[in-house]
This record gives sequence, C-alpha cells and structure tokens, in this order.
Amino acid sequence: MEKLRSIEQFKLFQDKCRREFEEYPLVISVCQGASCRAAGSEEVANVFEKLTTGSSDIRFIKSGCQGFCEYGPLSVVRPANIFYHMVKPGDVTDIMRSTKEEDEVVDRLLYTHPGTGEKLGREHEIEFYSKQHRIVLALNGYVDPLRIDDYLAHGGYSALAKALQVMEPGHIIEEMIEANLRGRGGAGYPAGWKWKSCKEAPGDRRHIICNADEGDPGAFMDQAVLEGNPHSVIEGMLIGAYAIGGTNGYIYIRHEYPQAVKTFSAALDKARELGLLGDNILGTDFSFDIDMTFGAGSFVCGESSALMRSLDGQVGEPRDKFTHATEKGFHDEPTTLNNVETWANVPHIINKGAKWFRGIGTEGSPGTKVFSLVGKVNNTGLIEVPMGTSLREIVYDIGGGIKKDGKFKAVQTGGPSGGMLPESKLNLPVDFDALTDAGSMMGSGGMIVMDEHTCVVDVAKYFIDFLIDESCGKCLPCREGLRQMSKILHRICDGQGKLKDINDLEELAETVAATALCGLGKSAPNPVLSSIKYFRDEYTAHIVEHKCPGGVCQSLISYHIVPDLCNGCGECEEACASLAIHSVRRQKRKEGLLREIDQTLCDKCGACVQICKENAVEKRSPAVAPAGAA
Amino acid sequence: MEATGHPEMTEPASEIEREVEDLIGKWAGNPSKTIMAMLAVQEKYNWLPQEALEYISIRLGVPKGQIYHIATFYKVFSLVQRGKHILQLCTGTGCYILGSALLAKTLDKRHGIPWNGTSDDGLFTLESVNCIGACSMGPVLVVDGEYHANVTHDRVDALVKRLRKRANKEENNGEA
Repeated sequence: MEKLRSIEQFKLFQDKCRREFEEYPLVISVCQGASCRAAGSEEVANVFEKLTTGSSDIRFIKSGCQGFCEYGPLSVVRPANIFYHMVKPGDVTDIMRSTKEEDEVVDRLLYTHPGTGEKLGREHEIEFYSKQHRIVLALNGYVDPLRIDDYLAHGGYSALAKALQVMEPGHIIEEMIEANLRGRGGAGYPAGWKWKSCKEAPGDRRHIICNADEGDPGAFMDQAVLEGNPHSVIEGMLIGAYAIGGTNGYIYIRHEYPQAVKTFSAALDKARELGLLGDNILGTDFSFDIDMTFGAGSFVCGESSALMRSLDGQVGEPRDKFTHATEKGFHDEPTTLNNVETWANVPHIINKGAKWFRGIGTEGSPGTKVFSLVGKVNNTGLIEVPMGTSLREIVYDIGGGIKKDGKFKAVQTGGPSGGMLPESKLNLPVDFDALTDAGSMMGSGGMIVMDEHTCVVDVAKYFIDFLIDESCGKCLPCREGLRQMSKILHRICDGQGKLKDINDLEELAETVAATALCGLGKSAPNPVLSSIKYFRDEYTAHIVEHKCPGGVCQSLISYHIVPDLCNGCGECEEACASLAIHSVRRQKRKEGLLREIDQTLCDKCGACVQICKENAVEKRSPAVAPAGAA
Repeated sequence: MEATGHPEMTEPASEIEREVEDLIGKWAGNPSKTIMAMLAVQEKYNWLPQEALEYISIRLGVPKGQIYHIATFYKVFSLVQRGKHILQLCTGTGCYILGSALLAKTLDKRHGIPWNGTSDDGLFTLESVNCIGACSMGPVLVVDGEYHANVTHDRVDALVKRLRKRANKEENNGEA
C-alpha cells in the first residue's frame, strides 16, 4: 500500500474503499469473539472461507465480538441482517444456499423468542439487540478488524482528517469538555479536562497512553473493541495526541488476550503502512506513533500510576496522587491516560459533535456504556446501552431474565471494586453518580447477575481473596486489612462466625477504604460493605443458623440422594472422585441398586449433581452431620 | 544496586544464551523492556530458567534483584518448570459463580493435578487465570491455549484422560 501524503489523497482512498466494499451485494460475517471461539466459531469460519474464496457476490468477514455470546457461534447475513445462532460447520452450506434466493432463510438456525416461541429472523427483532444503542460497538460485526479498508469504507479516520484539516487543537479540547465524555475505565473523570491540564502542563514531551489492561474478572468490553474494531482506538488516540500535543503513544495490553494482541498489532502495522501513524501524518506537521507493551497478569496494573511503572518495565506499584499524571506521569512528564472504550468514543464525538453526544445518556453521564452481562442471566453477552438505562431493563429486557426461571438475588457492577445491588435497586438508572450513591460503582463495565443459588458472602469472599492476590502490598491498609477481612469472611463461610464479626468487618472495611493508597485499596471493601448493607440477613443466617441460603458454602451444605428419585444407574458413583458414593444392599431400583453418599468422605464438589439425570441428588443446608459424629 | 556487566558488549556464550539473545537482543540496554523480555522468554520455555534471567539482567542492564522482584510480582511468570500441558481454569467472576473452582477438585483427586501446581509425572500444570473474556461460556478451561467452553466434571475428566493416553502412547513409541 502507498502512503497517503495529504488529506485529499486520504479522501480519495476512502472513497475507493467504500466503493469496493459496496461492490459486494452480500456480506456474511462470523463472530470471532472469545466466547464464540470457545464454542467453535473458528471451524465455522474456515468452512465459510473455503466456500466464498473468489466469490464476487459474497464478502465474508471474520468479525469481532457481536455481543450475543450466549448463543455463539453467531453469523449474520447482511444487508438483510438475517441472524443465525449456534452455527455448526455443517450448517454453512445451508446458509450459503439460502443466500441464493431472496427471502430464504435457514429456519432451524434462527433465534426463538423464549416467551412466545416465535422465530425471529432479523437482528433488530431480537430484544437483546433492539434495546441497545451501539456507538463504540457499532461496527463490530460489520468490519473485518484485520482490514483497514473496511474501517475506512465505513467512514473510519474521517474524524482524524476533520481534526487535522479544520480543527485547532484547542478547539478539539473544548469540544471534548463540552461533550463531557467521562473515563470509561471506571473512575469517570472527564476526559476533556484531563486533556486540557495535560496540554497546559510544562514539558517537552507528552505521553498518550491507552489502558487496555482489562483485569476486571468477568468483563471483556475492551477485548471486544480491540479485537473487533482496533482502528477506532488508534484514531481516538491520534486525535487526542493531536489535540494535546502528544509525542509518544503507548498501549498497555493484557497478555491474557492473545487474539486482541495479534489484531491490534496488525492494525498498528496497517495504519503505519498507510501513513496514518508515523512522521508527518497525512502530509501535516503532526507526527505520532504507538508502542505496544504487554501486561503480565496483574490487576493492580490497571491503576494508572501502577500501569505507568509497569510500562517502564518495573513492578506495578501505585504511587500517591498528590501530583496528577497529567503533570507528572510517565517518566515524570505530562501524560494522558484513558482506557480503550474512552478512546474509541473520541472519533464519534469529533465527527458528530459534542451536542449530539450530550443528547445520549443522562445529564451527568452522557453517551453510552458497554457492559459485559454475565452470570445467571439468560442472554449473556456484550451490550451497549445509553447511560441512564435501568438495571431492570438490562437484566430483564436485554438479558432476558434469570436462567432457568430462577429468582434474582443481586447484580454486581464494577467488578471487585463495585458492589452487589439487590432487587430493590433494580430501577436504578445506570450512570456514574447513581451507582456510586448506591454503594457500588460503574467500574469498567462488568455486570454479573446472581440468582438465588449464589451466596453473597461467598462472592464477597471471592472478591477479597482475589484482591489479596492482586494487592501490590505497598500500603498496610490494603495488604493487612484485606487479609483480616478475608479471615473473618472465611470464618463465616465455614460456620465458625460470631455476630460481632459483621460489625468488625464493617469497621475494617471503612478503615481500609479511608486509608489505602490507591484506587484498588480504596474500593476493595465495596463488595463487603454493599453485601452487608443489602444482605445482612444472609450473613446472620451463616452465623446463627449455620445455613448458607445460596447453598454454596461447603461447610454448611451436604449432598444427599433422595431414595424415591434414584433409579440406581450408578453414574454418580462413577463420577465421584472422592469414592464417597456406594450402593445400598437389597434396595433395588429400576437400573440397579440405590446409591448413598458417605458424608465423611464427600468433599462436596457437586459432580454427582451434574451427572444425575433424575435430579435425585439434593443439597441441604444446614449440613446434616455424618452418622456417628457428635 | 548497579547491574553487572555492560549490556552493549555482552556476547551470548551458551546455547540458552544464544536462544535468549534471539528473543531479546533488540532490547539491549533498554531496562523498560524487562517485562517484555521476560514474557518472550517464558513463552519460549514455558517458565523462566535462571540462566535466561541472568542473561536478561546483563543484556538489558537491570539488577538481578529487580528481575526476581518482577518475576514474583506478576502472575504469569513461573520460576519453576511447568508441565508439558498447561491447564488454565478461569476463575473470573462469571466462571466462578458457575462453579469453576469446584472442577479443580476432580483434577486433584482423580488425576493428581494440584491447584497451582504440577502433576508428579510432569505432564500437567493447573493454574488459575483471571478471566479470559469468554464469560458467557463458563466455566472455561484453557488447555494449551485452546478454549474449552461450558466444562463439567466429566468433560474435564475425559479431557485429561485423553491427553494422558496420548502422552503414554508417545512415550511408548519413543521407547520402541
């Protein structure tokens, strides 16, 4: 590819890309997001590729995450938007055949509405999609992330061209302040103000960093953007660098996302080839490039000051924030750090203006937010909704309610730094301030739905233990405070808790929150505080009744085979790794002898429950003591 | 503490140093690439051999102590040799509440693969990984980089059995 040496050249090239893309009357895409890949979408894509190579009618696209992960592998035929789910390699020929006739669809691959039983053939007919408002994810599923031409054909890099051609750097920053784009990494600091103070700080070099260290467990928003539309992030960073006067660019990307690393590095190469990165971009005086560094599996490195140290090849320990990174950040020079989703929003704001952006979402939190909706909800996946959408709409309308018609217990927003919100808070509009007021936080966008078979004390324990592992150990409140909180939580889950423990936990949590050095420590107690606030009765049940209402805490449950339901097949005995299941003499059942669980041997892994087709294994809490035990 | 030696003038002396040189030579004298260099080494050997770390220390100009600080701080690094097959059980929140941690019991009791450890035959290492972003398909087990979705006790069982069988076969073939 030839380097583009002026904005006019760029526009001509963009037109050419658009024409070439439009030459194909049909576009078939197959999702290659992590969930779809785990479900076998790579094999599906291989078959499609074989059948479409050389075709002049069909453009085949291996796209980034399309969102409806629950039903992967996904495939969409455009422009009609025919949506196929759970596609197997064997289905590909049928899909190809159906494209030859108008109005022909492969019925068995269509999504069925769980309530009405109606087959829904079009993407926009499905509630999961129709209730969303996609800006950042708009092109996921429409473009091949490895082809810069596709992005250009959909108007990519127009915002950069506009910025370079008609906007002064100061004007861009004003527009960003006016748009009030708040940092999507979780803290919600307005990006425009960050840019402004970085620009005004004294110094010769300015660093522009993209935080792609998405360490929040149960969240994959940034992964989807990096894998699905990497150029939107590059374009956002370019605009930022131009506005701020950035000289050096970096992306710090999680090494646990090998696909994202591969896609993004290919995107950087392509942008360089076209002269969109490097010296004298599009023939202007503006020069900028992005260097890629990998994270090595550390959650705290998502914290900005820790990230900057890690970027420098050091241990990721945060520092105090008396001076802002915008003045003294990376190498003690002015630095602007935003996360993937924030950068990806920038081109849209520049293209359509701050007023347009403010028209979406709420007054205090304009725009949309991407969430990864996971856990015990029917439609798990990646969603993008306007700020201010209520939790109920997300869980019930988009998420399709709780799995197996279960009962909703809580939703955790903000990952390990967020809180658990109960049913009474379902009408809460999701924006930065409302969530913080409720004792949770926006976080980067993980949203984990829990049903009645989840134990909130166990989840709080899980998050605290996660954070102990991930704490850098620099400051005492986080290093020691979390450890003590964990001890108490373990005690409660083991049935050894005392009522005083709840108050101790609260006091410790408040101390840690008030005194820890960085954001990780300050927000670490949130899961504990919010679960005590909204689910105190569950804590009491563990302590007083030795009962785990969710049936999760292993010391407080026991498994039993219901004699009337057991058909004697013996599969549970096979499945039991602890050899705790044996047959009962002279108790014949349809397929063999009745089985029984020896409580002294059972280690409560639940393998028997999973394997039993008769649902004959039941869980009891409080645990029934083994026979013979006092 | 000052790093020993002169990064620019170091020449690889042994086989392993030559191999490491190929991976990290481009970052000579650049301490800010320490983590990248260590990642590259770990990707090649599956762990961080001492000799390789010492070479990184000299070549990049980073004190050895700092290298060990990094190796113990970041979760992906391993200072002990790992098994032939790496099993990574996702313990991200999505997978956790779907019961991923319980699967470790089957792996331990039935197959002798301890949590965050290596089986006695050196064939398997079981590690936890903090979310690989396939939350909708949880619990997820990553076997040598390949994702396995919606795993259950008996699927984990079958998977390990298959890998072990294959390894036995290879061993027998090797001997014959």
